[in-house]
This record gives sequence, structure tokens and C-alpha cells, in this order.
Amino acid sequence: MFKESLRMSWDNIKNNRMRSFLTALGIVIGVASIIALITVVQGVSSSMMGQFDDLGIGKISVEAYGTTLKQGVTDAEIDKLSSIESVVGVSPSVSGVSSIEKGGRVEEDVSVKGKNEVYYDNNLALVVEGRGFTPMDMSATSYVCIINETVRDELFQGDAIGNELKIGGRNYLIIGIESNSDNSLASQMTQGDSDDMAVTIPYKNALSLLGISNISSVEVFVTDTSQTNSVVANIEKILDEAFNYKEDSYFIMNMDSILEMMETMQSMLTMMLAGIASISLLVGGIGIMNMMLVSVSERTKEIGLRKALGAEPGQIQMQFIIEAILLSLLGGAIGVIMGLLISFIACILIDIAFAPSVFAIALGVGFSAAVGIVFGGAPAKRASELNPIDALRSE
Amino acid sequence: MENNILSMKNIIKTYQMGGEESQVLKGVDLTVSAGEFIAVLGPSGSGKSTLMNIIGCLDIPTSGEYILSDKTIGEQDEKELARIRREEIGFIFQSFHLLSRQSALKNVELPLIYGGFSAEKRKERATEMLNLVGLSERMNYRPNQLSGGQQQRVAIARAISTNPTVLLADEPTGALDQKTGAQIMKLFHELNDDGRTIIMITHDENIAKQAKRIVRILDGVLEEEGGIHV
Repeated sequence: MFKESLRMSWDNIKNNRMRSFLTALGIVIGVASIIALITVVQGVSSSMMGQFDDLGIGKISVEAYGTTLKQGVTDAEIDKLSSIESVVGVSPSVSGVSSIEKGGRVEEDVSVKGKNEVYYDNNLALVVEGRGFTPMDMSATSYVCIINETVRDELFQGDAIGNELKIGGRNYLIIGIESNSDNSLASQMTQGDSDDMAVTIPYKNALSLLGISNISSVEVFVTDTSQTNSVVANIEKILDEAFNYKEDSYFIMNMDSILEMMETMQSMLTMMLAGIASISLLVGGIGIMNMMLVSVSERTKEIGLRKALGAEPGQIQMQFIIEAILLSLLGGAIGVIMGLLISFIACILIDIAFAPSVFAIALGVGFSAAVGIVFGGAPAKRASELNPIDALRSE
Repeated sequence: MENNILSMKNIIKTYQMGGEESQVLKGVDLTVSAGEFIAVLGPSGSGKSTLMNIIGCLDIPTSGEYILSDKTIGEQDEKELARIRREEIGFIFQSFHLLSRQSALKNVELPLIYGGFSAEKRKERATEMLNLVGLSERMNYRPNQLSGGQQQRVAIARAISTNPTVLLADEPTGALDQKTGAQIMKLFHELNDDGRTIIMITHDENIAKQAKRIVRILDGVLEEEGGIHV
């Protein structure tokens, strides 16, 4: 019986090809837009998250402004931060500008950063050539530097490593080249455009070069990101003690919490867009209902005949429901294919990885079947309740 | 009269027409035994269509008792009535009422689908029925590829496919020319000779005369006509 209903429904859809297509179009558009929107939004955010993963995750940036009595953090306090559980290391972060000189060419106002070996240990991808700092480089008498790609391209044609560069009037040995595009969104947010020249030297050298007496910025690296919150709490405790619980003496920027916030925003955005797309599914559903109502009145006589021949109301109802579901599933299937196609093209255009979302496909198909049941229900009920005598008499 | 398959006692049917009650059947009594070929003869407006609807379980009487194959009709819900129609009644209509997009074979299979027969069984049975009405060569033709007489034969094959208790024919020759009509009547006689019970509703005296028994209906009242025509 079910198979027969399915066959009869299919025949009817086939016999009204144009009308069926136009009716299903509403569902096609609805499902396609849901899938395209969800896939693209998820693709964009996962590529953003990916950039975070490069550098952002597991790093806690601490700005320790200090108080008027005590500015910055001391080495002892940095040691305390390093010994917090789950912390792999702490790198002071010093920055300023200075002049650099190579072969008589002087560049003023070049960004100079001071870091330690921990920084490079936790940012392995950053060094594109040569090496990062080692603990040996951290003695105050070690004059080594890491230059960025711009400095290499501007001042050195070819091999820069092993050469010397004068920074603030003192010669530094170039041991490594670091990538210009410090890919993490976090760095872009805090340090701006990274195409300018920049050099990195051991932080102690940077302090004396830039005339800074305190370390007011450190980066804390965490092994287990699930422990970030407890690490943050420990940092707060240490800094509160250091700065005598004075308000606004420090600021902690936790990448994980930003990431969490972004994830929330992303899922909100996805839901909102899917919600908007669902409206077109609703409209499509009304289209299905309309076609089914037309179909019922067109086939009044046929329904009457079927009833006279012994079709039960439930059997008539089932046939029309199946027809509505079939029609919307058909639209849903075409919609899934079109949605994937659209998002595939969109992903290529905005240069992100195309990852079809199973959730989106399931949502699209489920939604279209539901539309068939909901909007096919009323016309099917009407058909099943037709009086066979009147129905047979109708022309 | 032990083999009564149908018995009606004092059947009354009233309709509400624009606030006014109109009595279409005014106490009809009728008994039909197995194997009869009976014509219900009456002009239009006599109540014969209403009587047919009640016999065919498409409608239920306002009052009175109608027993079909030991079942009292009127207590059942829509679903049960549908099953009774399927099992007890074989409808044959004046305008054939075939599904235009389906082949003759599929049309004959239709009541069998609702009866829950398997696809194989349906095809076998429908083929057999079409052979019986002489359409073995045209099983895969659609109604619009068949003549009126052939279409009515398909409809008859469909009506007998479930082996119903009663064949209920409503003006079966009304849409056919005389010669074709006569062929259909001949087929009815053959079916009757095979033991099938036929109730034929008609306004045509000449057609009615071909039945073995005639009852006249006029203004909602049924009257037995004497003499048996063979």
C-alpha cells in the first residue's frame, strides 16, 4: 500500500512537471540558502579560529602597568609566574623604536622588540630561517638579533644570517629571520601592520637600548589550554600581591576567552542566518500547501472514485501526504546540491577551506520533510474527508 | 428466501434542502437473493440515485434497516464503510470513471490495491478479469485509446476484480450507442449466468426489460413489477 501510494504520488508529480518544479523551487531556495549560509559562516570562522590556533591559543598576555611606587614586574615575579602550574614559560615583552644601520644605510624609527628564548620555543612557526633565541643568548653580553623579512629584503640582498646589523649604535649578529606575517589575529590586533621593518633582540639588551628600567609586559605560555582559567587566577594573585591590590595596575588578555567569545558570536550568527533562511522555507511550504490544495480540488472526482472502490480515508490521506513530502524532499535534495555548490564557489572566492557541514545538510533535509508533513497535512485531511457522492458528481 | 444477500426494510432518507426537509425515499422495502439480476427503473428525481447510494454504502439511511451480507449498515464509521464497499460492492458507472492516466490493467488493479493484495496477485487477478470481459489484447491501453464500450468493459472488470457480493451498475449503457449497449448487456447476462448478483439502476424501460426482475421507483416509493423476464 505504501509503495503504491509512493508510486501514485510520483506519477502525479511527474505528470505535472512544470507545476511541481515551480512548487518545489521555494523549498530548493530555502534549503540551498540554509546550507550555503551555514557552510560559509562556519568556514570563515573556522579559518579565523585556525589563525588563533597558530599563536593565540595557550598564550596569556599580561600588561603590568604597576603603580606610581612600583612600575613593571621584577625578575623574581617573572620567576613566580613561570612556576605556576601548567605554565611552560614566561617571556618578557619589551618594545620601542630605535635606529638600525647596515653598510652606511641608516633606518630610523625601526620597531625593536625584546623577547627571550621562551617566546621562540612557543612560536616555532615564526622563524623562517636560522634559529630563535636560546638560554645562552639571554646573558646581557650576547648581542644577537632576529630580523624580520622586510629588514632582510631591504638591507640584505641574499644571505643575512651570520652578518652583522647595527642596532642603536651597537653591532648585533643576525641569527634568524622571522616571518613578517605573524599570522595570529592576536598579534595583528595588538601590533598592527607587520610589513614594517622590525628587529628582535634579547629583552635585557632591549631594556638598556631603549632606556626602559621595568618590564611592563609579559607573555605567559600555557601547556594545557583547559587550565587557562586557573592560570589566569594565579597570575592575578601574584600581580595583586606585587602591586598591593591596587586597581587597574595590570591587564590580562586571555586569548582563550576571546576565542570563546568568538565561538559564541559565530554560533549566534549561524543561528540568525539560518533563521532568516528558514523564512524562505516557510514560504516554500505555503507554496506546497497551495499546490496540494489545487491538486485535491482537481482530483475531487478521482478521490470520489477511489473512495467508492473502497479506499479508506486514511489511505487517501496517506497518498496526499506522501505526495507533499515527496515534493518537498525532492526540493530539499536539489536544494542540498545547490547549497553545496554555492558554498563551494563562495569558499573558493573568499579563499577558505570548503568543509560541507553535516549539520546543515541534515537540517536542510529534515526541514524540507517537516515542511511536507506540516503543509501537506491540511490538504490531505481535506481530501480524506471528501464525500464520495459529491466528489463523484463533481466535474 | 434463505439466501438473501440484501434486505431493506422501510428505508427512509430525508435531506435538508434550504432549511426544508425533503423525503427522497419514503419507506423502501427490497430484498435481493444471490444470483439475481434486478433492474431498478425510475425517471430522474424518483430517488433511484439515492437508493443506489444507500445500496452501495456511499450513504446511510435516515431510518429503516439495511442488511447487506448479514451486516447492518449504518453503525459503521467511514473506514469500515470503505471496507464494506471494497468487499461487497462492485460499482459500474454511467461515465465509466476510469483513471485517464493509467492503463486498463492498472485501473482494474485499483480496488485490489486498497484491498492489500500483493503486486503479483493484483496483476494476475486483473489480467484474468480483463480476459473475462474480452479485453486481453488491450490491457496496456489507456482509457483514451479505448472505445466507450471497451472502457465500460474495463470498468466492469474492475468491479468484479474483488469478487463482490453485488454488482451495482448505474445506467451502465447510458453513455453508449445501442449496439455497444447491447453488447454490455450481453456481458451482464454472462456474468449473471456465472452466478453474480447484479443490481442495475436505469431510467430506460428497454434496458430494464433485459433484467430478470424489475422494481419501479417513483417519487421515493418502490414497487415490484409482476412477471419475470428472462
